[in-house]
Amino acid sequence: MIETQGLTKTFKSGVEAVKGVDITVEPGQIVGFLGPNGAGKSTTMRMLTTLLAPTSGSAKVAGRDLLADPAGVRRRIGYVSQSGGVNLAAPPAGDLVLQAMLYGMDRGRARERVAEVLALLELTGMEHLPGGALSGGQRRRFDLAFGLLHRPPLLFLDEPTTGLDPQSRAHLWDHIRALRADHGMTVFLTTHYLDEADALCDRLLIIDGGRIVAEGSPAELKAGGRTLDDVFLDITGRSLREEVPA
Amino acid sequence: MIGSAARDTWLLFRHGLAVTLQQKFGLVFGAIQPMVFLVLFGPIFATIGTWETLVPGLIVQLGLVSTGMAGFGVVFERRFGVLERLRVTPASRLALLLGRVLNNVVALVVQTVVLVAVGYAFGLRAPAAGLLAGLALVVVLGASLASLSYAVALTIDENLFAPVMSTIVMPLALLSGSFLPMSMAPGWLDVLSRISPFRYVLEALRELFAGHYATGTVGLGVAVTAALAVVSVAVGTRVFSRENA
Repeated sequence: MIETQGLTKTFKSGVEAVKGVDITVEPGQIVGFLGPNGAGKSTTMRMLTTLLAPTSGSAKVAGRDLLADPAGVRRRIGYVSQSGGVNLAAPPAGDLVLQAMLYGMDRGRARERVAEVLALLELTGMEHLPGGALSGGQRRRFDLAFGLLHRPPLLFLDEPTTGLDPQSRAHLWDHIRALRADHGMTVFLTTHYLDEADALCDRLLIIDGGRIVAEGSPAELKAGGRTLDDVFLDITGRSLREEVPA
Repeated sequence: MIGSAARDTWLLFRHGLAVTLQQKFGLVFGAIQPMVFLVLFGPIFATIGTWETLVPGLIVQLGLVSTGMAGFGVVFERRFGVLERLRVTPASRLALLLGRVLNNVVALVVQTVVLVAVGYAFGLRAPAAGLLAGLALVVVLGASLASLSYAVALTIDENLFAPVMSTIVMPLALLSGSFLPMSMAPGWLDVLSRISPFRYVLEALRELFAGHYATGTVGLGVAVTAALAVVSVAVGTRVFSRENA
């Protein structure tokens, strides 16, 4: 579902944010992408979602060539960014229908699909509330709704539960698990929470200094009775707990 | 490809228009400033000039104030993550810009029509053909200003947009000759104002309102307006496509 070879990104400032990353993600997997702040997580994710052009390397994302067919990639991925996507000044209802129509649906089909996704995420009836009146957890589920409208086979989630209370986090985890179980969706997510990575992900990739420095299933990485935090500390020299954004 | 971009532009325009119509007070308040000039300054100006000179000036000022500040909306869209969400859809970058720009142009046209109607009540007498041609020029001018405004909004620090634009807009309005024709200005100011494209747009607009169509001033104004539109939309689209927009 994702296959990258030697993906690099050097910014105009000369900063090499990503230095030859090779990633393989199989269909149906939930893969966690971990790393300290500035390690290259967001840059890699922004490249895979077509928001940033790679400096070199190649990638196939959801069966489309990232460089040759970015529009094809966009049609087949869902993306929930860290900054969300719900307009706080307006109800999400109209934005959801517009978003569905931008994927080619006519208005009638778009409305039906919005209703389906809202029901799936237990948001029915809340779409007419202004974005600013929604709780953090509800807003995050609306963010997810925007990413699911076109039934993408691959979903990118950038820090999906940052800032949520434990109950809302657990609720969102259930939805993410259900997307894989019921719809066969592949999920590629970044997180600062090791318990989240452990509970949700089949595989973990750890990036540091722009390179993938470790990968494996949570069980493989924890071999020898270590915790994921021990593993992260050994590899990066930092505890991920120190990295959790406010 | 073109059909898809046109459809996306239409969808984004219609959505934006629905949102704008829900904010009727924004439209009304946007037109208040030129209306204040029309009502409180117009009668004084009419003692030394004509309404056909003043009203086009107020239209250019309206364009600068209203459409020139259009980028303010996209500042919030970027902050809320709305822009990034849309940039990951298959919608073309041109559509992401033009959908918004068309919405701003419609708002400007409505405000202009109201301004002209009130101007008529005060004594403006422009021929219908001149008004229509002037309105066409306003459409192109509005598209240019909105595109530039979005480009600025997505380029500079979001907190600087409002102070920077409000600082730029008033000198541009004064230099275009919005309030008093630049023919009344001292030589150095007259030269300075020739750097601003809005002077040429405004002079063409005044000619059209006076019923003069096939003149060099109109030709130059139309050419400058068209060139400004091409450059502005190209810059706007480029900024919308850029990595950190």
